[in-house]
Amino acid sequence: MKTLSSPFIWIILVVVGGASLLPILTNSVSLREDMFLMLMLVILASSINIIMGYTGYVSFGHIVFFGLGGYLAFFLMKEFQVQFMLAALVGGAGASLIAFFIGIPVLRLRGAYFALATIGINEAFRSFFTNFDLFGGAVGMFFNFSVYDAYGGAKNAGQLAYYAMVVLALVTIGTSFVIKKSKFGLGLMAIREDQDASMVLGIDPARLKVLTYTISAFFPAVAGALFFFKNGLIEPGPAFELHRSIEALVMVMLGGYGTVTGPIVGAVVYERLRGFLITDPTLSNAHLVIAGVLLLLIVLFVTAGVIGWVRQRVPALRRYLE
Amino acid sequence: MSTTNSVILTIENVSKRFGGLLALDKVNLSVKEGEIFGIIGPNGAGKTTLFNVINGVYPPTEGRVKFRGEDVTGLQPFDMSKRGLARTFQVVRPLSELTVRENVTVGACFGREHLPLEKAEKVADEVLEYVGLAERKEMLASKLNVAQKKRLEMARALAARPILLLLDEVLAGLNPHEVADMLGVVRKIRDQGITILMIEHLMHAVMNLSDRVFVLDYGAQIAEGTPQEVSNHPKVIEAYLGDPKVAQRFLEGAA
Amino acid sequence: MNIEALIASSIDGLMLGFVFGLMAMGLTLIFGVMKVINLGHGPFIVMGMFAILVMSQLGINPYLGLVIVVLLGLLTGIVVYFVAVHRVINAPELTTLLATFSVNMILIGALTIIFSTSPRGLDLELPSFRTGAITVLGTRFVAVLVAVGVTIALYSFLYRTRTGKSIRAVANNRGAAELMGINSSWILALSFGIGTLLAMISGGLLATLFSFTVLSGGGLEVKSFVIVVLGGLGNPTGALFGGIIIGLLESITTIFIPVSWVPVFEFVVFVLILLFRPNGLFGAR
Repeated sequence: MKTLSSPFIWIILVVVGGASLLPILTNSVSLREDMFLMLMLVILASSINIIMGYTGYVSFGHIVFFGLGGYLAFFLMKEFQVQFMLAALVGGAGASLIAFFIGIPVLRLRGAYFALATIGINEAFRSFFTNFDLFGGAVGMFFNFSVYDAYGGAKNAGQLAYYAMVVLALVTIGTSFVIKKSKFGLGLMAIREDQDASMVLGIDPARLKVLTYTISAFFPAVAGALFFFKNGLIEPGPAFELHRSIEALVMVMLGGYGTVTGPIVGAVVYERLRGFLITDPTLSNAHLVIAGVLLLLIVLFVTAGVIGWVRQRVPALRRYLE
Repeated sequence: MSTTNSVILTIENVSKRFGGLLALDKVNLSVKEGEIFGIIGPNGAGKTTLFNVINGVYPPTEGRVKFRGEDVTGLQPFDMSKRGLARTFQVVRPLSELTVRENVTVGACFGREHLPLEKAEKVADEVLEYVGLAERKEMLASKLNVAQKKRLEMARALAARPILLLLDEVLAGLNPHEVADMLGVVRKIRDQGITILMIEHLMHAVMNLSDRVFVLDYGAQIAEGTPQEVSNHPKVIEAYLGDPKVAQRFLEGAA
Repeated sequence: MNIEALIASSIDGLMLGFVFGLMAMGLTLIFGVMKVINLGHGPFIVMGMFAILVMSQLGINPYLGLVIVVLLGLLTGIVVYFVAVHRVINAPELTTLLATFSVNMILIGALTIIFSTSPRGLDLELPSFRTGAITVLGTRFVAVLVAVGVTIALYSFLYRTRTGKSIRAVANNRGAAELMGINSSWILALSFGIGTLLAMISGGLLATLFSFTVLSGGGLEVKSFVIVVLGGLGNPTGALFGGIIIGLLESITTIFIPVSWVPVFEFVVFVLILLFRPNGLFGAR
């Protein structure tokens, strides 16, 4: 495939993969925890970028798939002792299936109406899971420690979950790139720019959009499964936390909407910044205010995000910064 | 030039109603392969509505549309595109944040031949050369001027390798020099064997270019024939008499 | 089933519904005029709550304080509009969503620094009316009166005054309104101010009814979305009815199903309405 001969994607994958090895090389658990979260955010932001940045559909409540994947996989692991990677894949597939059926009606909505509907869907699932006793209702579900025995104890399980998250992040980034560079991706961008014109040009928007939504649901769902596997506890609140979705949107905007690197850069910058603000004693109280002011400045003055800005300023780098 | 007699597009008794407004009233027409077929009429006569019905933007309230012998009434625009229909918009609709080349590649990728990306890019390059936009292919479409955007619309439609091309006022808003260029492009397209159905306000252009002309007024057809026949038709003169200057130009254009 | 209990919760829900309606009206007004979904809506409600709290601590009667809240809200809204929204008013909706979300972060952050996130409440006692099982709390009754009064004032403003008519003109067609000589920037800022003051008044009223925290805004914001969609995006009267429906729904359904199922029902209805009646329950199709 010609797309994979691009130097750009290999550079990105090597950089991300290399960074992921650091905690293992330095044997630092706290660094590993930070990276685990960071990779998860990269996955969330990149997935949202596929439906939002490429296709123009602002999936505000995208976190719903993180929760759904997490819950499905957790249930399988807890009740049927399904191996965690298998459970995560089943969780991902399940969430994709749900996205497919939700997508058919909901993707007919445009603009603000779509954004609001995705919030409604997330809140509906959150309140449903709060009442759904099979999945533990409001208190959620937790593992007995014996679940981790199959993986050589909780410590080892954490390590395995980390490796899985690294692989998932690389696959997500790769997928995001392949989509962007494909005919499929070109169709999505045509829909983003002008849906009615795209139809006249021969694109069936409904089909493309539903497929995209289905794909973009998969990665957050698997990430959710890995996150809650390592966590050992899943509850409706953290599983369907709308705020986290919105933060992921912010990361996409920060890094650069519609680019492959944008969501990665955005996730890293946002998370580092937040980490810095929270740990600094004088700034920790004001961290929300500072983050808000920064976001506002970016939204108002650097509309294209960091990557978009660099691409505009340094055309020579365009080939390397998709 | 292959002007055979086989009919490529037939509109049978097509009406379109928007609420209380009858935008098209039992329109009948047939377009033959290889010809340039002009549609004229005063503003609000229903010309663009007719285009929208033909390429599936909305279904007709009544009547049938047949394309190459197949009943295509009510099919979606993307279905029509696959069958070899392409169109340009009266108000240009570039995919603004994509480059010129990407815009045209979209046309080739999802048009009649449904080409894979790499082949589509080659087609896009050829077509851009053809309409004279090759030097601007890496620009964002939003950065083009109006005349260039019109060419882009044309290129995008051509890249789909259509059998029938609907042109909706491709000359509007162009200066005389640009008009002459565009007319050249239209002729070249027809000479490739693509049938053209065009809406145009510029009378001398449509009269010189078209093999046959069809006149709409208030949604109803009032005349059809060669440019000469149409321009001498009493109803047409009447419809345009609201503006004697237009009527005058009309007659001169046909001469 | 107990008929008195039904009547009691209906009255309760109806009264609460007026306040919810007022709350959502601010959100829907801003959307109607400038097609912006204001994610700063929640913090505005919370600002209303804390404004009343601070004033009552200073010894000002909460209801008198509402007058000050009106001015504060108008001012806040106009400032926020010019700082955060004006520059991106014509940008795609994602941009305005994020701009107002950053306002949300800034306000919540600032309020947390000042007030912390511990629960607060007003110490407000008004006489209640009681007949049988039916009790009407005085605070709720006054809240309804205020909500109705503000709604009437809003409508008189929108339909009777020149400025109000300009707002409606801008909502209808900004370009045409500008051609008619209306300064649309100012009208947009004013509309944002009015939307904000409505949110803050409703916050002030809610503070007289329930205890609250700095973070109460999140849930109320989402509830406002539901109400706005029920009534039709951009339709203030619709928002009032939407509020009443939600108020009634929340109180009556609890007789039949556990309270925790109510939001499930609400959000499913919300999504269904977006899909099948995007102009709201009362809007044209």
